[in-house]
This record gives sequence, C-alpha cells and structure tokens, in this order.
Amino acid sequence: MENFEPVILKNIPDLHKLDVYLKHGGYSALEKSLKMKPEGIIEEVKKSGLRGRGGACFPTGLKWSFMPQKTDKPKYLCCNGDESEPASFKDREIFEKNPHQFIEGTLIAAYAMGVKIAYVYIRGEYYRWIELLQKAIDDAYSKGFIGKNILGSDYSVDIYIHRGAGAYICGEETALLNSIEGKRGIPRFKPPFPANYGLWGCPTTINNIETLANIPEIINKGGEWFSKIGEPKHPGTLLYGLSGHINKPGIYELPSGTLLTDLIYKYGGGVKDNKPIKMIIPGGSSMPPLRGDEIEGLKMDNENLKSVNSYIGTAGIVVMNEDTDVVKVIKRITKFYYHESCGQCTPCREGCGWMLKILERIDNGLATSKDIELLNDVANNIEGNTICAFGDAAAWPVKWAIKKFLPEFEKKVKNEINLPIANSVHSLRVTYKV
Amino acid sequence: MNEIKFTEENLKKLEEAKSRYPNTHAALMPALWIAQEQFGWLSEDVMRYVGNILNIPYEHVLGVAEFYTMYNKKPVGTYHLQVCTNISCMLCGGYDVLDYISNKLNIKPGETTSDGKFTLSEVECLGSCGTAPMMQVNNYYEENLTKEKIDQLLEKLSNS
Repeated sequence: MENFEPVILKNIPDLHKLDVYLKHGGYSALEKSLKMKPEGIIEEVKKSGLRGRGGACFPTGLKWSFMPQKTDKPKYLCCNGDESEPASFKDREIFEKNPHQFIEGTLIAAYAMGVKIAYVYIRGEYYRWIELLQKAIDDAYSKGFIGKNILGSDYSVDIYIHRGAGAYICGEETALLNSIEGKRGIPRFKPPFPANYGLWGCPTTINNIETLANIPEIINKGGEWFSKIGEPKHPGTLLYGLSGHINKPGIYELPSGTLLTDLIYKYGGGVKDNKPIKMIIPGGSSMPPLRGDEIEGLKMDNENLKSVNSYIGTAGIVVMNEDTDVVKVIKRITKFYYHESCGQCTPCREGCGWMLKILERIDNGLATSKDIELLNDVANNIEGNTICAFGDAAAWPVKWAIKKFLPEFEKKVKNEINLPIANSVHSLRVTYKV
Repeated sequence: MNEIKFTEENLKKLEEAKSRYPNTHAALMPALWIAQEQFGWLSEDVMRYVGNILNIPYEHVLGVAEFYTMYNKKPVGTYHLQVCTNISCMLCGGYDVLDYISNKLNIKPGETTSDGKFTLSEVECLGSCGTAPMMQVNNYYEENLTKEKIDQLLEKLSNS
C-alpha cells in the first residue's frame, strides 16, 4: 500500500484549476471516450467492477445499461451531491480539490447513455462548494468541454447545478428527482425505476459524485486496472471520512478493504487521549454500529462489513471512545431521523417520533426494562415497511445498538414495575415531566 | 411597505434559472433562493409573488418552502448562526458551542437578538464532520471552533 496512487484526490497542487488539470492529462479520457462506442464505455465500466459510492453499492455499469437505447424522450443524468448523511463529508472534497475529474466523469457518463442534460444536485448548505464547482463548470464551458459539439464532435451536453435547501431525504434518488422538478422532496414508489420513468417521466440515471469522479481513470487506464485495486468484490479506492474522537480527522483516499484499525491508528493518528474504543459507526449514521472489540482485522468494504452485520454506506467513520454515552449518541441520531423524515409513510413518520420519546425516557432514567423491548419493537416495525430506505436507516442504528450495547441501555432503566393487576399497557406508563 | 418585486438583476437570474429546466415549475426552488436573497425571508406575500410569476399555486409554493429547512419562514437576523450538533460535532463539543453562544448572546436557539443582528439555530449535520465543532454563518462555514475563535468572530460581526 506504500506505493499506492490515489485515483481522485491526487497529490497535485492546484489540481482544481483547469490548466493544471489539463497539464496532467485532464479531459484526455473524454477525448478517448468520444471516439468509442457508448456500449464500449459501459462495457469498460462493467469490467472495472465499480460500485456506487452513495451507500447502496449498486454496480455502476449495470445501472447505466438499464437506460433505454431507443427512446424518443430526452434522457437525464443526475449527479447526487446531496451528501447529508451525518459523518459523510467526501463529495465536498472532490468539488474543492478535483472538480474537473468529476465533470469529465459526468460528461463521459452522459455520452455513454446519450444524455443531453446533467443536473448536479448539491445540498444548499454547500454554498462555497457550489461556487467552486460553478467556476470549474464555467471554465470547462469556455474551453468547449461542455456545451455544443464538445471537442468538435457532434455530441452536445449541458451541465447545470441544482441547489438543494436542507433536506436529508433529497439524497434518496427519487426524492432528488422530485426536488429538481420543484416539488417537495418525497421519495417515489419503485417500480417504475428512474431508468424508465425518472425526471419528468423521462429515462434518468442517478449517480453519486464520487462514483462519477472515478470514470475518467477507468477509461484512461482500463476497467481491468481498476478492478485490481483493493478488494475484488468492491474494487477501487474509497474516500474514507474519519471523525469523532480521533486525532487526525479528515478524508483519506485508500483502497477498499483497508483495515479499519489501520485507518484509525496509522492514518487517523489514533483515538483522542489514547482511550480504548467503545463504539464505531463504519459508514455514516444509518449504518449499524460496531463494538470496539469487533474491529480487529476488519476490512473496510461492503462484503467484509456484512460479516459484522453492517455496511460500508458512505464510508464515513465515527470513532467513539470509552467515555461515550451510547444512549445519548443513539438518541441524537434518532432525533436527526425524526427531524428529517419526509412524513410520507406512517411507520417512519410516527415511529421515529416514538423512538425518540422512548430514548429520551431511557436517557432521563424514567424508563423501565419494558421500554427497551418497546423500542426494539418500534424499530422493527419501521424497518422494511416504508417506500424508501430512510426507514431502515432510522431503525438500524437503534436496533443494532440495542443488540450490541444492551448493558448500556439496561444501566439506565429501572426494573419492571409490577402492578397488582398485570396490564401490559399500564406497566409501560411512567408519569414524568419533560 | 415596499412593493414586493424582484429587482431587474434578479429577474434576469430567474430567466436564466428557467432556461435550465424544460418547464417553469422546476424553477421554483431557484426562484425561492433568489427571493430569500432579496427579501431576507419568505413571507406569505413573497411566496404569493413567486407563485404568480411562475404560475404556480400559492399552496404548492408554501408546501415546498415549508418542506426545506433552509428557506426561512420567519425573519432572521443579519447573521444567522447555525450550529451543528449532530453526532460528530456532538462528540467534539457541538452542544458546548451552542450553549456558549446562547449564553453570550443571551438568546435561546431559534431566537433573534433584540437588535436584529444575530439569530441562533441548532441544525443537523452540515457535512463538516472532519472539522468539528462547526457552524454556518449565513452562507459560509466556520470550522474547528474554539471559545477564542467564537469570541473573535462574534466581536467582528458585532462591529461590522
């Protein structure tokens, strides 16, 4: 790993400037792609084994091949830079340090799928990064990389930024489509899938920013080269984000399958104050948390994380030391989901509120052991019962925290109150003031 | 009260936004951003005005404005201090930052100082977890906050 070359966040000063990017072979992959057949590009991406970096890890080449070839409707590409998952902060790094590689990847993707308009959805809070990307897009327009008949070919494409306005749910692909259409960001029922019925009912593909930023290198160096980086089942590099109780927080680009312990101790400089680790969230707040004793020898990629019942998500890692109050952390995460639920499906809208209430009760020392069961029950009733994956994302941290950190919860609850008459409803009720 | 009307420059911006989408309905979010920039917040009159020029019913405009937290449905101070208290910031002292500013300005989260200069808000993750604790002041981020940094910043903003 010592001679490992980053694919996206390269160690070149001022790479965000167009002339520097061009000096280092920028936009050569676009030139090469325009001479290739669109199917050839999709084949190359399929060969690379690239999987989506937004959390679901769906094979990118396969996703592209779902776009209908023959259609009289316009086709769209949406680049998902909503990046609202707590602990995830990788895409802004791309906008800041290597925006042109992302733009180039978007252009290649658009060409491969016959797309004429690509929208880059960026969260509203990223004002500065929208400015940075807009500058890069304007520069690329002025040099003829975007716009009419790019690089003298007969292919024309436009890239527009759509600014979000503070809604986590808009990172969900169909909610993102509604948001671009000028509606509330409410997820749509699937099927129909966006590849057939997306923006304004037209074929649409949604890709994460990091996914698209990988494309130029895949075209330049070949799918096979890419497939050999990191873990074969989840190849390439990942932009790992380290935060929480860690000495050197930040984004680290490393091959998939890097040991979690290496990330924390070798790259992240170890845990703050050298304390033992109590809990780790491996891929953004939605992913089931891990105990400190589960991380030894654990490789960071989707397949390996499944062995500890978690997922890679957006590779945003939160490290928590032994002083952390697990209940408070889970309560804060649940508060987030309660605030961000779009309100469309009852299990999620109501369930998140109930989970928060129960967690507050537990945290305030007013709960009984029955409340832990109830909490688990509510979480189980949200999971899998909603239109989008938000419900699962809200339920998993709670459910798995109870499984993995039960003593932490039990410490905070009183024993069951025994009423003279057994009544499961009344026994749950504890009078308290909020 | 002044008549609610976009400036010439903003009307141009709106036309440009409209040109990016196949229909005018999709220009609603950019239009609301332009409106918020010009009027500071989205009052009912502003939303009705935006609805009229885009030919969208007021009810739909209201629905969209209410859905997205960044559209201000209430007036905010000159400087909107939005402190992140989500998980990574919380672990690094996000709540301390919130309490510290709250005590210093003598307002609770959600309130505005009497001189209308500062509004304090507690917000969800702003995607700045590697530089926690942090807050957003109007459009820009202030990262790796310490008490000294907050003191300096608030003093600078109070005097400006």
